[in-house]
Amino acid sequence: MTVRTAELLMGLALAVLSAYFMWKSAELPIGWVPDVGPGGGAWPFWLSTAMLASCIWILVNWVRRVGPVANNESPLFEPGNFLPVFLVGSALTICIALIGGIGVGGFEGIGFYGALPLFLIFYLKVMGNHSWLVTIATAVIIPVVTFLFFEIMLNITLPKGMSEPLFLPIYAFIYSL
Amino acid sequence: MLEIFGLLAQGFTVALQPFNLMLIIVGCAVGLFIGAMPGLGSVNGVAILLPLTFLVPPEGAIIFLAAIYYGAMYGGAVSSIMLGIPGASTAVATTFDGRPLAKQGMADKALTIAAMASFVGGTISVILFTFFAPPLAHVALTFGAPEEFALMMLAFATFIGLGGDDLAKTIFSICIGLVLAAVGLDIMSGEPRLIFGDITGFLHGINFLVLAIGIYGIGEMLWTVEENAKAGGKSMLSEATLTWQRTKNNIKEFLGTWKISTMGAFLGYFVGIVPAAGATPGALLAYGIGKQMSKEPEKFGKGAVEGVAAPESANNAASTGSMLPMLTLGIPGSPTTAILLGGMVIWGLEPGPRLFTSNPDFVWGLIASLYAANLFALILNILFIPAFIWVLKLPFTILAPIILTLCLVGGYAPTKDMHDVWLMLLFGIVGYLMRKLDYPVAPAVLAIVLGPLAEPALRQSLLISSGDPSIFFTRTFAGPIMVVALILLFMPVLMLIYRRLRGGGKRKAPSESAAE
Repeated sequence: MTVRTAELLMGLALAVLSAYFMWKSAELPIGWVPDVGPGGGAWPFWLSTAMLASCIWILVNWVRRVGPVANNESPLFEPGNFLPVFLVGSALTICIALIGGIGVGGFEGIGFYGALPLFLIFYLKVMGNHSWLVTIATAVIIPVVTFLFFEIMLNITLPKGMSEPLFLPIYAFIYSL
Repeated sequence: MLEIFGLLAQGFTVALQPFNLMLIIVGCAVGLFIGAMPGLGSVNGVAILLPLTFLVPPEGAIIFLAAIYYGAMYGGAVSSIMLGIPGASTAVATTFDGRPLAKQGMADKALTIAAMASFVGGTISVILFTFFAPPLAHVALTFGAPEEFALMMLAFATFIGLGGDDLAKTIFSICIGLVLAAVGLDIMSGEPRLIFGDITGFLHGINFLVLAIGIYGIGEMLWTVEENAKAGGKSMLSEATLTWQRTKNNIKEFLGTWKISTMGAFLGYFVGIVPAAGATPGALLAYGIGKQMSKEPEKFGKGAVEGVAAPESANNAASTGSMLPMLTLGIPGSPTTAILLGGMVIWGLEPGPRLFTSNPDFVWGLIASLYAANLFALILNILFIPAFIWVLKLPFTILAPIILTLCLVGGYAPTKDMHDVWLMLLFGIVGYLMRKLDYPVAPAVLAIVLGPLAEPALRQSLLISSGDPSIFFTRTFAGPIMVVALILLFMPVLMLIYRRLRGGGKRKAPSESAAE
């Protein structure tokens, strides 16, 4: 896919998105409501209209070949560059799905501290090609530091999913101090 | 005048007590650390640590929180520069030039300039605070919804100039940010809107951090992964060295920006005073005006030191400015001061003009501690620069998963909802693709921050005038602000028409600057 083709597809996709926003905003009044002022949908509706207008402008520029992107016939991804981006994006998606589940089959996720080490092992071993020693050390140290800093110091509880029971003794220990 | 000096001296005797001095130093260090975390800013730091302050007397408590606030304002620049992820919305403008500098191996320069500009902004604003507090608060008090909206318009108009050359994409970026900010409950009628088929996760709206961390965290990482692949696995996060000679040069270079830093300080301070405006539009405005003032405006966005100095000076000045209406009128000028105000009530103080007479130790102790906090935040920040640079030297394949971990936490923490983490991932991927196609993403992030402030201001104004838009032009303060905003807004269109008329209809291709 060339950059020029991607520009067209992106322009079309964003135009559809803008139209969808317009339709959804119009569920609330978009005009003047007596004694209330502008309706609840007015602000997003007219801004979505402006979004659509700028998408049309972008598409017109595409047709008329105005600007560097609309004229760029080189591939969107150079050979070999797509794979690492795809792998990182996918790994992150899988990691998030593992943290909290995706609402399918009653799977409630293995929690932040279950998914994070898996993600770290994948990243360091597959993407970074680090030694097993570095990989395992990082996969242990980062979740532990995260836990100590966010959960203990700052009281930000991260999702645990089905690993929740494993943390109860740790909390019991910490709050007994 | 003499009376003020007397009171200030009295304030210093409070602020410089060993225990309070220790609170200042610890507060600055903690704030610096929290501010440096992507996604955590002064508001998080102050909110999280507020309960700790019930252990000390009110003077100590406010000094501690003010020091955290200051430290976090300094620290926000660190993640903007080192990771390209703004630590808080106030530091968004710092990424524009701080990040390119870091990529060119001059992270030390960007950090030094940011720290020193913060110091200048902080110091000038504290001096202004000391002498002009009561009269300025009265001016800000006359600001109503039309003035607020005019200020927002001014901020949006500066975006148009910031987003590179593709006007259509800049406008799209602003509008989508504003629309995303409207998701959730309609503030006036309480009805849900744009919740896309009753997805409950949208009911609480879209926190700006979800978009900011998505775009600047995940999107930036995907971008860097690709750049890394292009460079054949060599780290894109270039190394920076720190030597005495370099530091001297950095300081010298900072002194060259004194005009822009001073402008940022004054501008930030006055924008900061206006309730609900605060440090983000202040920093943004300062960046835009700094670009206008600079002798080399074309370097902005590619690593101009002035582009770091202007917003950093302004956001620190604004954080002091926002304390002014909080202390004198009991109206918070920013989310952080709103929490400070909450703290004051819990400590048993009554915010408002009477505070100056009923608790002079508290007020002047706080003001004096701001002077001290500024100095210590500067010293600590400079001392920590080697540590920040050391972080850069880690291999990218270790640094990247650490940053992504922070993104996951940062996306989850504000609302404690996995829905937002998914949304953040989506924004990250779409933002990355948009960036590949030269869509400017910064205006979208700034728009989602300002959206929740701009919409009610517009609706209330129109309600006051029963739908007559002339309300924005007939009021003493709103009028001139609005006119300037409109001129700025239509500047690119006017320039385009002018260029076409001169160039015989042939338009120059927009420059490559939109890519970064």
